[in-house]
Amino acid sequence: MSVEVDTSTRTPSAPAAEAVTMAKALNRALRDSLAEDDTVLIFGEDVGRLGGVFRVTEGLRAEFGSTRVWDSPLAESGIIGTAIGMAMNGMRPVVEMQFDAYAYPAFEQIVSHVAKMRNRTKGRVALPITIRIPYAGDIGGVEHHSDSSEAYWTSTPGLTVVTPSNPADAYALLRESIASDDPVVFMEPKSRYWMKETVSLPVATGPMHRAQVLREGTDATLLAYGPTVRTALDSAEAGAEHGLSVEVIDLRTLSPFDDETVSASVRKTSRAAIIHEAARFGGYGAEVAARLTERNFTHLSAPILRITGFDVPYPSPKLEEYFLPTVERVLDALESWDWEL
Amino acid sequence: MTIDVPTTGRSLPQLQPISFIDADGRLTDTPTAGLRIPGDRTLTGLYRQMVFVRRFEAQVTHLTRQGRLATYPSAAGQEAAEVGATTALAPGDWLFPTYRDSAALLTRGVPVGEILAAFRGDWHCGFDPNEYHTSPAATPLATQTLHATGFAMAAKLKGADAATLTFLGDGASSEGDAHEAFNFASVWQTPTVFVLQNNQYAISTPLREQTNATMLADRAAGYGMPGLRVDGNDVAAVFAAVTAALERGRNGDGPTLIECLTYRMESHTNSDDPTKYREAEEVEHWRQFDPIDRLEKYLRSTGAVDDAGIEEIAAAAEALAESVRDAMNREAEIDPLELFAHVYAQPRTDLAEQQQVLEAELAAAGRA
Ligand SMILES: Cc1ncc(C[n+]2csc(CCOP(=O)(O)OP(=O)(O)O)c2C)c(N)n1
Ligand SMILES: [Mg+2]
Repeated sequence: MSVEVDTSTRTPSAPAAEAVTMAKALNRALRDSLAEDDTVLIFGEDVGRLGGVFRVTEGLRAEFGSTRVWDSPLAESGIIGTAIGMAMNGMRPVVEMQFDAYAYPAFEQIVSHVAKMRNRTKGRVALPITIRIPYAGDIGGVEHHSDSSEAYWTSTPGLTVVTPSNPADAYALLRESIASDDPVVFMEPKSRYWMKETVSLPVATGPMHRAQVLREGTDATLLAYGPTVRTALDSAEAGAEHGLSVEVIDLRTLSPFDDETVSASVRKTSRAAIIHEAARFGGYGAEVAARLTERNFTHLSAPILRITGFDVPYPSPKLEEYFLPTVERVLDALESWDWEL
Repeated sequence: MTIDVPTTGRSLPQLQPISFIDADGRLTDTPTAGLRIPGDRTLTGLYRQMVFVRRFEAQVTHLTRQGRLATYPSAAGQEAAEVGATTALAPGDWLFPTYRDSAALLTRGVPVGEILAAFRGDWHCGFDPNEYHTSPAATPLATQTLHATGFAMAAKLKGADAATLTFLGDGASSEGDAHEAFNFASVWQTPTVFVLQNNQYAISTPLREQTNATMLADRAAGYGMPGLRVDGNDVAAVFAAVTAALERGRNGDGPTLIECLTYRMESHTNSDDPTKYREAEEVEHWRQFDPIDRLEKYLRSTGAVDDAGIEEIAAAAEALAESVRDAMNREAEIDPLELFAHVYAQPRTDLAEQQQVLEAELAAAGRA
């Protein structure tokens, strides 16, 4: 049972554009999904009465009742495990892991069952589950509240991993994730929850599996996703002041990787760098650098670089500024290339 | 063929919470499962520590509102469980606390600046676990219950006398790790005491949506260990129950689960808004069961304390609050390069390279 959501045609009269935060856009996406498909269910820790610790599910229990939106007991493996059973029985659960690091108790259920059910059943059992995970740092969070856990999920075959960087994409990508018959790990960059954008919802922003060129350039390509898209755009702006024309791509979906869009850009600019908050060693950037090199080696005039967090545990509020990739570090990376070539 | 199943040795905790001193400061006639009320000297000491803890929590909550700490989960209202349980520990026993249990750390003698290091924004737990026989406070829920079990098992294997005590919440008791710890501890018969602080909420989720059991102490029976339900706001009951449970453990009789019925008077942390999920009347209702008021009444009635004694304790609590302010108002000196210092025992060259990047940046910014 699949629900077709064509967000471009579902608005009878165009609603007025208003300034919405990413949290609000996600809330609207959940609301519209609940309204449109009564197999959509939302449960998790504090998502009902409280509306979630980030208020992403605010008001949904009041509007749809506690058989559609409810607070579960406090157990992440339990939440994902029961979502699996519900999905096998015709439901489309959208569950929340309260914070990145608190998804770890559910690791077994996610990597061994959510990711593999389709394959184990020869395609006979689909698990249309959306696992929402607030992730990454830069919010002054104490330990365990700022992890970038994306590489655990992207290195698991069977999972689709999505992460928006702005309110419009947050709305559109979450609608599409919920409608997808593949399980989706939907990673919400916490530091962007309060980012505002003027947009009229519902909005369509291009297919989920495609990356998006946010700024065109000819000298180098900066790849980013979620929380670091802002850093990439700011770096491109700063680069322009140094006479560099930098293209910026928001990956939007980490798995699958949009080779077409990204390779086209890299072939044009011949240089690329990827920015993420997660530690470098074995991080998502390693996959990006490897596959871009494999596919575009002869078009490259410099090695692909990674601007990432250090290979240390995510630090405390007082030290995050030293850990997070900054515009300066991105510029240093750009400058490290041999531009005479 | 008959199947041989044990038919004895299984008992459920009594429904009525064990308590010695009621909300009015009078002795109760509740059955106390063979436990005896601690003497006045012990109770006066517990009173004193509860007053300290309350003042400490109020002061830290206040400083957090002023932005001196990144976040703070207060145990205001839970002083009896925090203090009663921790005081029962022998110095050689080990404590496995959670984020909620700064009061227990204070009772264990950890200096205030060290207790608050992580909440303040430092990158480590602040204190030396080996010095205070206390594990770093765990935030991933219920994970520490297994550590307490393993530690106790090692003590047993080494023939050491130490027992362990771990706190967990009503919410955390739903996590798989809690159930695994109960089972391991009971199968291995480790000297472990699980002090389950049932403060009625897990952030916004009320107990009735957390469990369908009559009481959380009932869980113990399913794992073959004794369970006790105590009035968690009666420090006499908590202290007596935990003391007896530690003794059982040290005697080789295995773990105990103790549910302390209490109430979280403050918000979950300073960033939580409890008006979204509970009524002010409910909080007011719980005020009449206050752990400190009732003990003060009781100790006055026995003559163990008088006005002068109460004032002296209050003044000492003020001095503690001042030391908290001093510690928190001093700017914490944190060296960013320490980020690299303790990740591995064996140094790594790539980490050293990354450290050099930061060193160069700091030097360029005139900060090193
Ligand atoms: C594994 C895990 N999941 C979620 C959280 C987020 N979280 C922190 S405290 C809390 C509620 C815990 O409630 P309870 O166990 O009753 O303890 P209390 O806070 O009431 O002391 C939640 C959900 C966490 N810390 N760890
Ligand atoms: Mg609780």
